[in-house]
Amino acid sequence: MSTHMKHNTVEVTNTMSGINLKFAYYPGCSLSGTAVEYGMSTKALCNLLEIELEEIPDWICCGATPAHAIRTLFPIALGARNLALAAKLKMPILTVCAACFNRLKFAAHELKHNSAVREKISQLPELLDGCKVEQLGDINVLHLLSVLHDIYGVERIKGMVKHSLSGLKVACYYGCLLVRPPKVMQFDDPENPQLMDRLIEAIGAETVDWAYKVECCGASLALSRSELVAERVHLILSDAKARGAQVICVACPLCHVNLDVYQVDADAKAGQKHDMPIVYFTQLIALALGASVGEVGLNKHMINPIPVLSAVLKVTG
Amino acid sequence: MPRIGVFVCHCGVNIAATVDVERVKDELAKHPGVVYSTDYRYVCSDPGQKLIQDAIREHNLTGVVVAACSPCMHEATFRTACASVGLNPYLCEMANIREHCSWVHQDKEAATRKAIELTRIMVEKVKRNQELYPIYIDVTKRALVIGGGIAGIQAALDIADGGYDVVLVEREPSIGGHMAQLSETFPTLDCSQCILTPKMVQVRQHQKIKLYTYSVVEDVRGYIGNFEVTIRKKARSVREDLCTGCGLCMQRCPARRDGIPSEFDRGLGTRPAIYTPFPQAVPNVPVIDREHCRYFTEGKCRVCERVCPVKAIDYEQQDEFVTERVGAIIVATGYELISPSLYGEYGSGRFKDVIDGLQFERLLSASGPTGGKVLRPSDGKEAKVVVFIACVGSRDRAKGIPYCSKICCMYIAKHALLFKHRVHDGESYVFYMDIRAGGKGYDEFVRRAIEEEGACYIRGRVSRIYESNGKLIVKGMDTLSGKLIEVEADIVVLATAMRPSDGFEELARKLRIPYDEYGFFSEAHPKLRPVETTTAGVFLAGACQAPKDIPESVAQASAAASKVLGIFGAPRIEREPTIAVVNETTCTGCFDCERVCPYNAVERKEIRDRRGNLIKVVSSVNPGLCEGCGACVAACRNKSVDLRGFSDEQIFAQLSAIAI
Repeated sequence: MSTHMKHNTVEVTNTMSGINLKFAYYPGCSLSGTAVEYGMSTKALCNLLEIELEEIPDWICCGATPAHAIRTLFPIALGARNLALAAKLKMPILTVCAACFNRLKFAAHELKHNSAVREKISQLPELLDGCKVEQLGDINVLHLLSVLHDIYGVERIKGMVKHSLSGLKVACYYGCLLVRPPKVMQFDDPENPQLMDRLIEAIGAETVDWAYKVECCGASLALSRSELVAERVHLILSDAKARGAQVICVACPLCHVNLDVYQVDADAKAGQKHDMPIVYFTQLIALALGASVGEVGLNKHMINPIPVLSAVLKVTG
Repeated sequence: MPRIGVFVCHCGVNIAATVDVERVKDELAKHPGVVYSTDYRYVCSDPGQKLIQDAIREHNLTGVVVAACSPCMHEATFRTACASVGLNPYLCEMANIREHCSWVHQDKEAATRKAIELTRIMVEKVKRNQELYPIYIDVTKRALVIGGGIAGIQAALDIADGGYDVVLVEREPSIGGHMAQLSETFPTLDCSQCILTPKMVQVRQHQKIKLYTYSVVEDVRGYIGNFEVTIRKKARSVREDLCTGCGLCMQRCPARRDGIPSEFDRGLGTRPAIYTPFPQAVPNVPVIDREHCRYFTEGKCRVCERVCPVKAIDYEQQDEFVTERVGAIIVATGYELISPSLYGEYGSGRFKDVIDGLQFERLLSASGPTGGKVLRPSDGKEAKVVVFIACVGSRDRAKGIPYCSKICCMYIAKHALLFKHRVHDGESYVFYMDIRAGGKGYDEFVRRAIEEEGACYIRGRVSRIYESNGKLIVKGMDTLSGKLIEVEADIVVLATAMRPSDGFEELARKLRIPYDEYGFFSEAHPKLRPVETTTAGVFLAGACQAPKDIPESVAQASAAASKVLGIFGAPRIEREPTIAVVNETTCTGCFDCERVCPYNAVERKEIRDRRGNLIKVVSSVNPGLCEGCGACVAACRNKSVDLRGFSDEQIFAQLSAIAI
């Protein structure tokens, strides 16, 4: 009955210098578009931690949230293709985008447990690129948060901090895609996740206990029902602020867009300025470990986080 | 030469519609050894039984096969009928052509062939059956009751009132169990302690009841009628023979100020290090909690020793072991509530004002930590809005357990009602899935809470609770109106699921009784043997078997007591003779049988010559313990163990009959 989810194991090679980690990196589309700073900061962070990322050659879109809204098999076929490409690298997949993580996990889960799906996918050999459909379900898909927390280790990160973020109050926002559905995602406690909080605390910041950490941000309804998203964003931002948070830390490009870009809509709807910077966990950790503002793309947000961060941190240009 | 009679039953149309019973009768008549074969509409009826009895006399039968229903149904009927005309009952067997044949097949031709084969198989067995005679065992006419909650108390009193000695073991410092924690009881609103404490006192004063509190069952040996039980009396550090229960030690204990959370008040109140769980404790003798006592942790204090007027404090006391011989055991170990830690959406136990049902009972109780005022655990302010959430853990396949905890619907209604009685301008909201109020006066009670006491029932689940400005924000769904609901509450009460109390695995192992996948002890038959276990002489009472309310627990306790009285009332116990026997000549003493026996029935026996020299040690089966499961027969490497009534010879003859 324990909800303490088991995390997939990764082969870890211990060398003289410590842990040597290497992953098949799946950046996803957002990381070269709206979330370019997420991609930059991920690379900067992994460099600092000596985590090697080998980008999966020729990867395709994961389908994100729209694909499975229209078809059931289509998003799994997309996932199967990416898993097959990753299989050649013989390494666990690492991704930072919550939607990519969700879709790849989901595809692997379906391919492992649903024989009808396996059967259908096996009829598309051009998709699998010579890979056997049976092996796809066993491919390890990991999010950088759990790699840092479970494999790299909170204590190890703590020991590498150059610029402590002490004095900064952070609301860690997990959203839906990292934790749901729990049976598939197996990511922390789905109702009260803690991984990001522990990591942000490791770099000296204070995390706030708040009510909206796994509430939905409205996702892609920002386009079709923008007033609904404005309302959600208002609720999320206000609760974070009411509990003293100075920034909200996210792990999902879509959450970021809604909270950051559509914050003006929320301001208009609520008739008040929220003025809440939204940053990625990779940015905060990389900064604490010595990366520069430019390296982590801190200047790419709509709500400028630099004033609040520079107050606690002497960030280098 | 065997002379077997075969009786094929139609069972109305139950068998006859699918099996050509006449053909079965005719085919069996041709089978070697069968001297009489007939069919009848209902063999179990009086004329049917007479048919068998007449045939035994007329044809001088040496064995009877009734081809009818399952032996679970009517084996006893037919064996008794045979015995009454002088045929040893173990020479009568049943071939199951109903459950194993007619009920599960449609093809009449094939079913008929199968019925013929099943009956032939049984004829081959009966040809090799031997006369068997029941085993009689003497009984120690004393009972052990494990658990001193309401079920254990009731069972102990019933047996003691019947005139037999009872040993009652309770692991807490006082008897009373969860019922002592309750404020009032549904649906009559009797004060729980007012109806319980007289019974507790009766237990204490009863000549026939020997009470061990702060004690656990350490070991159980033996078998029905002859159990030997070792009880560990945990060191109380207070001498029961001297203590007068004046309570001076508790008042003066300096640890009182440290605020040790009271288990009885479920952490909502505090207690000293030397304490009784509650004022009406039975026995009214405190215990020292050595983990928190200053003398035991820091080596100095001894205040209680100084103030005790009768010198009852004994810091040197050690755990003591006593052995009791009993003839029957009643298990009444009760329940616990699951922890809310599984429910991150309800705070996983992080919010002080989110409590469980038993904690709310303590808040309502006049003898509770707040004196019966509904005060918030966080800030001590009176609660004005209370939200109750039903089915937290129960009926939740995803995170909790699939079963219904049965009592929650009723106690929530009671809580809502009592809250209104305590806080007149208070509001209560109940989020529920559906209301299960089966029981005498139960539904009326729920209606009263809703209609007269103004409890607001909302059909739907709560998705999240969070704290905001000192209030609990409860977000839920009203599935009847389809609206999202947000309630700003002072206290939220989670009706967490019932689970068996801690230590059930260990106790089950000691008593050799099975439990279900959730840890509730299993009854021998869900309908017809609801208080017996599969181990002879061990009975169940109360919520250790399944979630139950007080009336049900009391009823089951009395039922278990009557079973025990039944055993004690008979001069001896009669047991089935179908047990394992060891061929001492061929047994090599490898004791594989001893290792596999689930009932610890295999003993070691020394074989000596006339001069007393040891020749060898062999296995020997204790007829009081053996349940005839046959595990030893399968394990024996050189076939030195056989099962009476199911010998290898009989089984092989049955198997050979299949090939005919």
